[in-house]
Amino acid sequence: MTPQEISEKLAAKFSGVSDIGLEAKLDAPVDPTIKVSPNHILEVAKFLRDDDDMQFDFLSCLSGVDLKGKLAVVYQLFSMVKRHKITIRVEVPTENPSVPSVESIWRTANWHEREAYDLFGITFAGHPDLRRILLPYDWEGHPLRKDYQVPEFYNGMKVPY
Amino acid sequence: MSEAIIAPPISSTGRSLRTEEMIINMGPQHPSTHGVLRLELIVDGEIVVDVVPHIGYLHRCFEKHCEHMTNYQQVIPYVDRMDYVCSMNNEFAYVVAAERLLKIQVPERVEYIRVIMAELQRIASHLIAVGTYGIDIGAFTPFLYCFRDREMILDLFEMTCGARLLYNYMWIGGLSHDIPVEFVPKAKEFCGYFRKQLRDFNDLLTYNEIFVKRTANVGLLPADVAVNFACSGPMLRGSGVNWDLRRDDPYSVYHKFDWDIAVGKGEVGPVGSCWDRHIVRMAEMEQSIRIVEQALEQIPEGDVQSAIPKRIRPNPGEVYARTESPRGELGFYIVSDGTGTPYRIKARSPGFVNLSVINEISRGSMIADLVAIIGSIDIVLGEVDR
Repeated sequence: MTPQEISEKLAAKFSGVSDIGLEAKLDAPVDPTIKVSPNHILEVAKFLRDDDDMQFDFLSCLSGVDLKGKLAVVYQLFSMVKRHKITIRVEVPTENPSVPSVESIWRTANWHEREAYDLFGITFAGHPDLRRILLPYDWEGHPLRKDYQVPEFYNGMKVPY
Repeated sequence: MSEAIIAPPISSTGRSLRTEEMIINMGPQHPSTHGVLRLELIVDGEIVVDVVPHIGYLHRCFEKHCEHMTNYQQVIPYVDRMDYVCSMNNEFAYVVAAERLLKIQVPERVEYIRVIMAELQRIASHLIAVGTYGIDIGAFTPFLYCFRDREMILDLFEMTCGARLLYNYMWIGGLSHDIPVEFVPKAKEFCGYFRKQLRDFNDLLTYNEIFVKRTANVGLLPADVAVNFACSGPMLRGSGVNWDLRRDDPYSVYHKFDWDIAVGKGEVGPVGSCWDRHIVRMAEMEQSIRIVEQALEQIPEGDVQSAIPKRIRPNPGEVYARTESPRGELGFYIVSDGTGTPYRIKARSPGFVNLSVINEISRGSMIADLVAIIGSIDIVLGEVDR
């Protein structure tokens, strides 16, 4: 399926949902992207994986992005069976950012979501084990945020050494 | 497999002994964790009940560094140091992503040289994987042969760009150097030599009875679990999934060559075992030789630096490009805000994703088998932690 068809099918499927917030950007230079409201990402993800025409079985990458004022979570999805791809995007405000976890759909999301939590402070509701993954467990702050200030000391050690 | 419960021993008086689970730390300093990986093992005697990996000991803030570069080309040396045993493949993935973002068409000669380098590097990386895997299992000799042959590949790289491990060779739009005239005959000579060596490796290690017994029924990864965990590379193909990005999401000039995808077939036991992942690596080396030989024959003339842009300032946008590195799907997600500095770069490293499945495949195995499982995943902590 082309990104156009995927986007149309999604729109048809979720036409009854008022705050779905579907917004397709299919032209270059951006990878074909469909924006979804964070409240409905779980339903959309489930549909994308289970529908016979979609069959997105491979969550290739999940990344957080700081958009200054908003945080985004970007899902790169591929289908091994159908050989098509689509990028799904969710945007949440920087204050109290919470996105439902898709770990129950693609288990690979487990570590990717932990990484996004670690580096961006996005909390994933329903994640079974949301701990820091790359930084020490007692680190403060989320370094990939654009307004991040490097702490002066970590456990008594000077940080910008 | 996960139902490994041993009945508690019963004394002659009929009372059973108290047994309990234990927590053991494996790593971060441990010879078979291939770097600084710490595994928290919950064990019931010798049986592994649960594995909790702790990573991040080698975290070097790659992604944060990238946001402070003044130029997209400056990222390349950092990319080299992610997966330090296959730097060429890392560079390849990054330049493919950046060129897709910038819409640069690179000369044919550059593509051919890149493919040759990437495939030679794949062999070098698999030689380390296979050699150290032998050591994990208890076979020391293959390791020495592997390193001897890897040295020849590193000599070829040194001849080309002066560096043996961290090259900074592929640039966005081109290469730092053209290959020297003596490269082609030397590389051809290596291909002929290495074919014969592969047969030796198989005799020495792959079909060695002890090796087969240690790996054939260990760490079984079913295909559906592998896909759900987004495993890639030999991990995925070892489970019998015929999937290779060089064919299935084509980039560069791989479509011009005739080669096969190695898939685990369960020759000595169930499909998806450690042995299957090992044989996939062995077979892939042979296929890489085939690609290199064809590329060396067909390599066109041209200038390798003609397409390097003077000023790199991509339009605002984002791209995700993925390539097949020796460990699997290496992807770069690049967001540009229209300036010369990358706004966000995320590296989707295959080691990170492949390692996340370890709990799934090692539950119920012995601690000694866990060593075989870690070795078969073939992680490099440099790219897991980035």
